[in-house]
Amino acid sequence: MCLAVPGKVVEWRDRDPPFASALVTFGGIQRCINMACMTDVSLGDYVLVHAGIAISRIDPDEAAKVWATLERIDLDEMEIGDRSDTVIDEE
Amino acid sequence: MSVHPNSLTCPVPASPRDDCVTLAHGEGGRLTHRLISERILPALANEYLADLGDAASLPRCKGPLAMSTDSFVVSPLFFPGGDIGSLAVHGTVNDLAVSGARPLWISLGMIIEEGLPITTLGKVLSSVAEAARRSGVRVVTGDTKVVPRGAADKLFINTTGIGEMISPIPPGPSALEPSDEIIVTGSIGRHGMAVMASREGLEFESLPTSDSAPLINAVEKLREDRIPVRAMRDATRGGLAAVLHEWAETSQLTLAIDEERLPVTPEVRGLSEVLGIDAIHVANEGTLVLAVPQGAKGDALRALQSVAETANAKHIGEVCPRSLAAVVVRRALGRQMPLDEPLGAPLPRIC
Amino acid sequence: MQYVDEYRQPELCRQLIAEIRQLATRRWTIMEVCGGQTHGLLRYGIDSELRDVVRLIHGPGCPVCVTPLESIDFATQLARRQDVVLASFGDMLRVPGSRENLLQVRADGGNVKIVYSPLDAVEIAASHPERQVVFFAVGFETTTPATALAVHQADRRDLENFYLLVSHVRVLPAMEMLMAGKDNSVQGFLGAGHVCTVAGYQCYEEFAREHNVPVVVTGFEPVDLLSGILECVRQLEGGEAEVCNRYSRTALAEGNRKALEIINDVYEICDQSWRGLGTIADGGLSLREKWARFDATKRFTQLDLPIIESTWCRSGEVLSGRIKPIECEHFSTSCTPESPLGAPMVSAEGACAAYYRYACDLTQQSVPELL
Repeated sequence: MCLAVPGKVVEWRDRDPPFASALVTFGGIQRCINMACMTDVSLGDYVLVHAGIAISRIDPDEAAKVWATLERIDLDEMEIGDRSDTVIDEE
Repeated sequence: MSVHPNSLTCPVPASPRDDCVTLAHGEGGRLTHRLISERILPALANEYLADLGDAASLPRCKGPLAMSTDSFVVSPLFFPGGDIGSLAVHGTVNDLAVSGARPLWISLGMIIEEGLPITTLGKVLSSVAEAARRSGVRVVTGDTKVVPRGAADKLFINTTGIGEMISPIPPGPSALEPSDEIIVTGSIGRHGMAVMASREGLEFESLPTSDSAPLINAVEKLREDRIPVRAMRDATRGGLAAVLHEWAETSQLTLAIDEERLPVTPEVRGLSEVLGIDAIHVANEGTLVLAVPQGAKGDALRALQSVAETANAKHIGEVCPRSLAAVVVRRALGRQMPLDEPLGAPLPRIC
Repeated sequence: MQYVDEYRQPELCRQLIAEIRQLATRRWTIMEVCGGQTHGLLRYGIDSELRDVVRLIHGPGCPVCVTPLESIDFATQLARRQDVVLASFGDMLRVPGSRENLLQVRADGGNVKIVYSPLDAVEIAASHPERQVVFFAVGFETTTPATALAVHQADRRDLENFYLLVSHVRVLPAMEMLMAGKDNSVQGFLGAGHVCTVAGYQCYEEFAREHNVPVVVTGFEPVDLLSGILECVRQLEGGEAEVCNRYSRTALAEGNRKALEIINDVYEICDQSWRGLGTIADGGLSLREKWARFDATKRFTQLDLPIIESTWCRSGEVLSGRIKPIECEHFSTSCTPESPLGAPMVSAEGACAAYYRYACDLTQQSVPELL
């Protein structure tokens, strides 16, 4: 357990818990995700989504730290973000 | 699904419904004739069908012929990027094309579940007509049966196609050699993801669209440019993985691909990650896998990328001497990891 | 994809592997208790890559695998009822029951609906008041907020046709049980990153002290897995036994407070039968009395049919890490994903399935070399 995927919050749809929800994008796909456990996130934040609900917010500063704990990595050369060479936009 | 027992009651309804196909439409009488003349013929209009004979009389061809048949039972009938009608045409056309034939004529056999709305049938027929036109084939003969509710899942279609051989059939996987290069002609997993997401009602917005398309132009271009093709397959059920495993089994070699090189659209990528399904195992309907001798991939890619349907063709791997695994994928660690064979239709998961 | 691709960077993986090799002066035994991590370790070949310095053993981290046979049988019975829609995660469909699985029931005309979220099952119930909708609620702590929210939503919408068939399990009691086993050889743990995201990881501090084992909260991508293993090895080499977080981009020590409130409102801790392992005290969750009207076991009666587990299946030994799947004599012979003897061979996160899918080259080498 458990398959949970990061997605970006792009639009709030409902604020009333337990129905609180927002439109979240995952790569090229979007779904309305329940936000009852994450009511204080902002648009543009990334949340971790499991079984249709957001269970945490991804902390970008903490996310970057994984590389800071390793010595010889040059962060400026590190690609952070979508890999573009094989992901193609056909439409 | 329970099947209604046959009964002796007259299948012609007291006041015939115009909006649905009924058992009476399949009984061969007036209603059948109306269905054909008012719905089917106008959609598919051509000189072969006009006579409504029991068989189509076809002109002689210069060379040998090829024939292929396939049946289509997709659910739902309509999905992003296509429907059962276009699928039925493209599937058979592509099977002929990859076998070295120019597709010419197809038959259209339909088994319709009682109660199918006439408008639905009409949409499917329009789609068949459009796909046939786009593929350069004529629907020359057909058959329609209506079965009781529950005996079919709305609509089943069989298409059988005949084409003229214009090039030798590619040798096939038994001719594969180590160092042959593996190419895929477009992004993978679109059809299966589109159908599965629609069918299961998974409530995603911006779904992937099926890649269902005729591949005749691409195959023709490979022939024109004299690209030496060792093996070529339409990657359908079981996805790219199924083709690779089949080729590995026949050739007794190992097929090695690079995960980073696999072309995947953002929609399929997103759905794969969220549902935990590997696109490599997911069905395609307009994507070829081919193997060419070492050194030929440059020309092959140039040829394919000049055709609209295969503009995203990519070199994805090589054929190698047989190692412990039939198919291997190089992943993040740089190790070549065995790729498992597909087991049934992939199911969404949360674990 | 953001926050995914970065953690699959080959350069980073290679460097983490080099660091682990540099640090380790002996071979350490580390267990992960999360099927998603088992899957990742096998898929990327991390277990093979580090075999000489780390012995990775796989714990009972697959909630699908440990769902009691009785619950699977109940689910298949419910799915055969004309008045019921059995909604389930796709994971459960191929898990063998005593006589059949949910996929077979669906093929036979049973009403089995795959859903991505339990909240979709609530929607189905609202749109089909003529049907009783039962959601098969399996999963570790990660999934419990979603099923608990389903109860809250059904309550707010005054639904009288929505039920949960609950089989939620808790990780820590299973870890306690494993450490109490007399042949236990685990020296360190990778903490289940998403379980900790929901439930926090403060609860592991006493566990770490009592058993003198490091517990490193770890994610699922190759960089995350390697970072977790690196920290675990670092502690073991230094004689430390601390709880440490290597998944800090999502997991906080206190977990998700809001989620925990919702879970605590709907569920209470109970003893739970784990398939293959027996009953684990405090190992599961059940619906609180106030939500009894949503409990499928109270609404429907289970038929009294024999519960038949394969006598050949050694899933208990696999789930507790005592054997690796490839040591089971039935592995890939009489037990395959097409005809499994038990759940770990069909669950996406089952250790047996992971070995079958990703380690088929290993199965052709001799077993002692691999252990």
